[in-house]
Amino acid sequence: MNGWKRPGTWLTLVSLAAAGLGVCLLGDESLRETAFTMLMYAVLAASLNLFLGFTGYVNFGHIVFFGLGGYTGFYLVSQCDWPLTLAALAGGGVASLLAIGIGLAILRLRGATFALATIGINEAARSFVNNFPAFGGSTGLSLSFSAYARYGGASRALWLTFALLLVSALVLVSASYAIRYSRFGLGLLSIREDEDAAMSLGVAAPRYKTLAYAASAFFPAVVGTLFFFKNGNVEPGDAFRLGTSIEVIVMVMLGGQGTIAGPLLGAIGYERLRGYLLTSALFKNLHLCFAGMVLLLIVLFVPAGAVGAVCRRFPRLRRGLG
Amino acid sequence: MTLSVRQVSKAFGGLQAVSGVSFDLSPGTIYGLIGPNGAGKTTLFNLIGGVVPPDGGSVHFRGQDITGLAPYRVAKLGLSRTHQVVRPLGELTVLDNAMVGACFGRFGRAGADARRRAEEVLEQVGLAAHRDQLAATLNLPEKKRLELARALAADPYLLLLDEVLAGLIHTEVGPMLETLRALAKDGLTILMIEHVMQAIMNVSDQVLVLESGRLIARGTPAEVAADPRVIEAYLGKPELARALLGVGEPKQDQARP
Repeated sequence: MNGWKRPGTWLTLVSLAAAGLGVCLLGDESLRETAFTMLMYAVLAASLNLFLGFTGYVNFGHIVFFGLGGYTGFYLVSQCDWPLTLAALAGGGVASLLAIGIGLAILRLRGATFALATIGINEAARSFVNNFPAFGGSTGLSLSFSAYARYGGASRALWLTFALLLVSALVLVSASYAIRYSRFGLGLLSIREDEDAAMSLGVAAPRYKTLAYAASAFFPAVVGTLFFFKNGNVEPGDAFRLGTSIEVIVMVMLGGQGTIAGPLLGAIGYERLRGYLLTSALFKNLHLCFAGMVLLLIVLFVPAGAVGAVCRRFPRLRRGLG
Repeated sequence: MTLSVRQVSKAFGGLQAVSGVSFDLSPGTIYGLIGPNGAGKTTLFNLIGGVVPPDGGSVHFRGQDITGLAPYRVAKLGLSRTHQVVRPLGELTVLDNAMVGACFGRFGRAGADARRRAEEVLEQVGLAAHRDQLAATLNLPEKKRLELARALAADPYLLLLDEVLAGLIHTEVGPMLETLRALAKDGLTILMIEHVMQAIMNVSDQVLVLESGRLIARGTPAEVAADPRVIEAYLGKPELARALLGVGEPKQDQARP
């Protein structure tokens, strides 16, 4: 039951920390940018997994929390002069509260109907921000270069952003393990397997789903704040890309939904592949087609994803790694 | 009184599945619920457990009104059930399945305590050897037993069993009935739907007979078997009527699996 006694927990955390610290120590800025993108997708995938992987509800609107939370955090940094860490946490808090509100409404739906509703939420959020003057409407917000001064210049600010991203990834992975092997996590997994049976066994499904949704919403908001801070600006088009939501689902499914290491590996693997596709002359406009194809193949042939399939093949590993 | 059902009714479209059913269940007693197919037995379970709200009437559990209460709230109060069509949590291990029962049951156990309780009930239903297997890989009789294990792990006051004996091979029926008797002796109330007539007549203290959604008889197994209305209800099925009346009844150890 206890996730902290599993070698897989420590293996995942230590590898992640070592890779991140390695990038910091090498001090290479282009490597940092690559690592930032990967780590960002890893956090998006792992946080989606808290909801999709644990409860089995497919959420096409995960990026809403990246967008709205990121907007909130960026607004606090750029317009209210909040420190970055506090703004990121506030963005996360707002996203979680929003998720509770949205969740109470749409988590009554199940299956495909729920998935459709999440697409609707994404479009609604985009239109809202497009027309919300405080968030700069369709032109968005930008950061004055002087804002980096309080962090000791732009270069240091970018390293700080990377370090904070690494910390949030580590917190997320720890939280995932803690949830997965807790009573709460068992309740979520039982909802995934059979919601009606879970309810007749005493699992308060509506509350559990809503809490999982809120936890899953927190981390993309933190990452969104960091990402937009790093870029120095935010626009509705960047913040609410439906395509990214789909790609994050592909990452989770590729690595193995419901496992902890799976979505991280899926994110890194898919991100490498995407990097190749985007730079190749043949595929550069087709990478979403590719994502769709990968998703189809996984759902048809390896529904448990890479890590899930390995665990199934070698049941003893499940205890250690799953 | 463990359970008081008063004038409970439920219609699905034009079909009156349960109409005006009332009965009381006392602690530490085993009740058999019998009736022809489609008599409304499983619907009655769903009404008691909160899976579907009744159109009318009330259900009180240990003095508390639970009419229309969500199934997970009912479960927390100490009312557990098994499903006729098994619903294993397929991608979880057998042990985890039992732990769901222990964690979200009456005591809301956690950690090592939940695990101990889960192992205990798996031992009780004979699934201990399968504990690390995924529930989906069990065969049907094993899944039936898993249903029972999960329900027991919740430490209920009242257990609703929907055809659990159907999951057992005939040599296991006797020991299972012993287990149920022992549980009842410790104060557990059991209401069981069963088609293995010899078994239910043998184990029940009281038998309730449902026909076309109405409770047509209630009493000791002997009283019910002699009740002309019950015989009439079963007349369409000579073999069941014969079994009920004890005519040409096979011996216990030859009970239909």
